[in-house]
Amino acid sequence: MIAFVLRRLIQSVIVMIAVAFISFLLFQYVGDPVSFLLGQDATPEEVREMRAALGLDQPFFVQFWYFLGNAVQGDFGMSLRQAAKVSGLIGERFPATLELALVAAFLALVIGIPMGVYTALRRGTFMSQVFMAISLLGVSLPTFLIGILLILVFAVGLGWFPSFGRGDTVQLGWWSTGLLTLDGWHHIVLPAVTLAIFQLTLIMRLVRAEMLEVLRTDYIKFARARGLSNRSIHFGHALKNTLVPVMTITGLQLGGLIAFAIITESVFQWPGMGLLFIQAVTFADIPVMAAYLCLVALIFVVINLVVDLLYFVVDPRLRVGKAGGH
Amino acid sequence: MKKTISRWLDSDVGYSFRTSPVAIGAAAIALVCVFCALFAGWVAPHNPFDLAALELGDARLPPAWHADGTTKYLLGTDDQGRDILSALIDGARISLVVGVVSVVLSVVVGVVFGLLAGFFGGWLDAFLMRVCDVMLSFPPILVALLIAGVGRAMFPNAHETVAFGVLILSITLTGWVQYARTVRGSTLVERNKEYVQAARVTGVAPSRIMLRHVLPNVTGPVMVLATIQVATAIITEATLSFLGVGVPPTSPSLGTLIRVGNDYIFSGEWWITVFPGAMLVLIALSVNLLGDWLRDALNPRLR
Amino acid sequence: MSLLQVKNLVVEFPHRRGTLRALDHISFDIAPGEILGVVGESGAGKSLTGAAIIGLLEPPGRIAGGEILLEGQRIDQLPFDAMRHIRGRKIGAIFQDPLTSLNPLYTVGRQLTETIRAHLPVTEAEARRRAISLLQDTGIPAAEQRIDHFPHQFSGGMRQRVVIALALAAEPKLIVADEPTTALDVSIQAQIIQLLKKVCKERGAAVMLITHDMGVIAETCDRVAVLYAGRVAEIGPVHEVIHQPAHPYTAGLMASIPDMESDRERLNQIDGAMPRLNAIPPGCAYNPRCTQRFDRCLQDRPELMPAGATRAACWLHAAATLETAR
Repeated sequence: MIAFVLRRLIQSVIVMIAVAFISFLLFQYVGDPVSFLLGQDATPEEVREMRAALGLDQPFFVQFWYFLGNAVQGDFGMSLRQAAKVSGLIGERFPATLELALVAAFLALVIGIPMGVYTALRRGTFMSQVFMAISLLGVSLPTFLIGILLILVFAVGLGWFPSFGRGDTVQLGWWSTGLLTLDGWHHIVLPAVTLAIFQLTLIMRLVRAEMLEVLRTDYIKFARARGLSNRSIHFGHALKNTLVPVMTITGLQLGGLIAFAIITESVFQWPGMGLLFIQAVTFADIPVMAAYLCLVALIFVVINLVVDLLYFVVDPRLRVGKAGGH
Repeated sequence: MKKTISRWLDSDVGYSFRTSPVAIGAAAIALVCVFCALFAGWVAPHNPFDLAALELGDARLPPAWHADGTTKYLLGTDDQGRDILSALIDGARISLVVGVVSVVLSVVVGVVFGLLAGFFGGWLDAFLMRVCDVMLSFPPILVALLIAGVGRAMFPNAHETVAFGVLILSITLTGWVQYARTVRGSTLVERNKEYVQAARVTGVAPSRIMLRHVLPNVTGPVMVLATIQVATAIITEATLSFLGVGVPPTSPSLGTLIRVGNDYIFSGEWWITVFPGAMLVLIALSVNLLGDWLRDALNPRLR
Repeated sequence: MSLLQVKNLVVEFPHRRGTLRALDHISFDIAPGEILGVVGESGAGKSLTGAAIIGLLEPPGRIAGGEILLEGQRIDQLPFDAMRHIRGRKIGAIFQDPLTSLNPLYTVGRQLTETIRAHLPVTEAEARRRAISLLQDTGIPAAEQRIDHFPHQFSGGMRQRVVIALALAAEPKLIVADEPTTALDVSIQAQIIQLLKKVCKERGAAVMLITHDMGVIAETCDRVAVLYAGRVAEIGPVHEVIHQPAHPYTAGLMASIPDMESDRERLNQIDGAMPRLNAIPPGCAYNPRCTQRFDRCLQDRPELMPAGATRAACWLHAAATLETAR
């Protein structure tokens, strides 16, 4: 098992380096790296010094090393658009995105899994078909449209929820949270629901498909033949076997929430990293893009690792070796 | 021709289609959309891009069934007097074109890579599979946005065609992976069969083997994937256009229209957003339904 | 009184091109404690008969006629809840593939105690005690430790022993064993069959042993039923059916078993193949392949009639019936 963990760690490092490399390419070759690092208002002396320090005449890998060194410390230079340090900008936006993603993930899981189980167990019933229709809608409706519709109905039409911003936040050291105020919660509802719907749909379909597969297996057939109650079979056996693969796939998908948040943040003007990224793309603000890429890759890699380790914990087949015997 | 049609109708797939009202309905809607898209010039009542024909006085009119609406502009007008219905049809055309072209390219790229990886194996296979793994774990929106962003940085005064090219490229790059995987799997299975080994021994070119034997076996799953991906591609394009980094503003797609309309929600002119939105959903929904039906029809276990 | 009575069982599969009749008026009895073999080619309907008896026919298959009686009570039309109390408690089942019959995520002990407690009012501790003793009876060494192992930690033969233990856990009176050794190594097959025979005799449980292997039948069974194209061709005591087969099909089967002693160059075969379910000929289903057929065979379907020490569905023995009637 140690071997497995080590192997995965090495793989993760390799992926991070590859991503950093792509970031580096962006940084150095799409636009001017000196102005990225110093901002637009640098004096010619500073520019000259920086050029020397960067060693722009140095071999490729030296430059890459320099970039890596900076990146590991979180220094990605200055934003082209906002004349502020990229790391500062991202740091200040990170909590907003993370909170949004977590609330949305919670919603997606808490609603998606039961819906999936229900549609698998009660195939063909009316409610089940309603859920499947809703899921189809969820996949056909782009996230931004869901957001707009929700705003139309609940903010403009009914006036129940606000349609932009984060509301009142509380500062806990470096982290600013909106979850400690009622106003904060009021503001997070619509964006979280928007973000959650697509994931919810995917989770529901996944759980349903997996559960239907499991219900067809020989061990479920044998469990029925042993006269176990429906409850034992469905919730004792089938559910557990369903959740194991679902858990891993879902974990990976939830990482995608961070990226999907881009869209939601745009629609709701939610002051998170995603909004920052979109603005960066629109204005070709390379340093911010590079930094975002690396950060998101890091989050993904970490989630991947955690999910793999979780698999170990949950599936006994991976844990203990075969004992044999006749 | 008639014989082929009647044979198809009588097959299991045909039977499934005939007896599924949902499939027939979805196919009908999709056909209507495709028709409108192809013949937008004739179908649309107005030309939304003819700047000369726009009358600012007609701006922001509500749909025809409202008190202030007229039948001249069935679904109302936007802030510049453009007829929403025409803009809708035109936008649908752009969305569909971008979606279908991207998917076709994805399929080609994916199938080629899958065949190569499966057939030649070795480091090529390992490398491609790592790439697939990494790409699959990143959400497509992110990849598409990145490419769009880089494209903007590299071509700051982008020509229309370049903008389209970058857009199609970004959607293609997020889609090819699934086809590569599926085709690779099938290629691996076929490659180990004896008739393929015999062909290799007698010197038949690998490309011929791949084309004649592996390809026919993967058409089913690839078609299902492709259909569902058209819907995804359309939605991705709409999202990118909504965010402002998709189609160039001179050729507004449904996403662009929605973005424009978004600014007017709060002043009560909901139709500028809702109708393009509805059209988008309609197209995506019918394509998704077709894809779902196709997958169920081709799945032997569910028959 | 018979333990199990199957009377004129009909099982059909509705299909869009018509209805397929997979079992066509099957009748047989099983006495308490006896071992009945059910033998036939692939597709003859053996497994379906077993599935129908335990009420686990896969839809769209359904029982379209006839009766199944357990200790005099009809069980073929019971609602799910009533049937589930019979499964496991009155009738146990063993399936072919031990690798897939056990849930990989639960320990063997958990699966055993769960089955025991689903049917018998015992405490957890008592159930565990019984589980250990069951494992010991089925020949699992170090049962007290291995009870907490997972299925993947057992070899194929060991797993089938666990499966047998599970089937016997709730003390049923009849075990339906569907090809219990087909998926095992030849060297293990004999052990498992012996084990099955031993534990069932010890507990006074009857067995319906479904297989295509005549050798197993010869070694284990008291009586045997030969199935052909969804019908019973012959049924009788094992020794008589094997050595004095009354039905030409049974005779053909016996003759096609290779004989180590004889010096032949070609194996005996029955010409032709079993007909497909949608192409069963009128009259006797075997008539196209029968070397002794005559006119009546092509027109009237024969019922099971006495033929020496066995009963066979063959018009050759109609004369015998008339004889004894006179």
